[in-house]
Amino acid sequence: MKRSRRSFLKLAGTAVALSMVPLKLLADFVRPKEAMAATDFDGVFASLGNAQDSDKIMLETPDIAENGAVVPVAVTSSIAGTSKIYIVVEKNPNPLAAAFMIPEGSEAFVQTRVKVAQTCPIYAVVEAGGKLYKTGRETKVTLGGCGG
Amino acid sequence: MAGSIRIRATLTGDVAEVKALMRHPMETGQRKDSAGNKIPAHFITEVKATSGDKTVLQAHWGAAVSQNPFLSFRIKGAKAGDTVKVQWLDNKGQTGAGEATVK
Repeated sequence: MKRSRRSFLKLAGTAVALSMVPLKLLADFVRPKEAMAATDFDGVFASLGNAQDSDKIMLETPDIAENGAVVPVAVTSSIAGTSKIYIVVEKNPNPLAAAFMIPEGSEAFVQTRVKVAQTCPIYAVVEAGGKLYKTGRETKVTLGGCGG
Repeated sequence: MAGSIRIRATLTGDVAEVKALMRHPMETGQRKDSAGNKIPAHFITEVKATSGDKTVLQAHWGAAVSQNPFLSFRIKGAKAGDTVKVQWLDNKGQTGAGEATVK
């Protein structure tokens, strides 16, 4: 009885260890873990680095979003050598919503939809040549994106 | 999970605009069900798009991306007949993929 219990525990242990190995799809683009986990706006930039304001980033967001759970965001960068685009929602529980890596051969453009917890500016942060640039736009949210 | 992404790739000049719609709950882990229990987080963490053997876009996502995520991007130097493949991986280790031909 004891032995089988032990071997079960051993098996279970192995299973847990296996499930803890992170699966990976992207080999060459490391997840900005710290910035993703940051719980406030400044924390994101503390981790990514400081970004200077730029008017070469076109950020398209609605002025008023009726449903904060689905807010369309489009980012176009005309900064040469744009390699990464981040979407940051200032007052979300985790402000960094998404990080994109744009390889050479793709346009510096992404469009997606994000959740916005409450009325606040949404920022597009662009990395080009190792430097960070940002542009922000206020979006009014009538219904928060956290639901329930 | 085949068929979990709907993709369309349209060619304008030599730029292909890819639009992908993924079917996924994108649960943040901060919502509660009617009984007041927390609904566990379940969201896509990584997305990769390839055309042929070339990577055309990579992304790391947090839970703030909307349910049934929509993603659009543009590939330069594309031509009709190219295939575009999009794959995702979520925090539970599930994956999804979809493929389309540039038209």
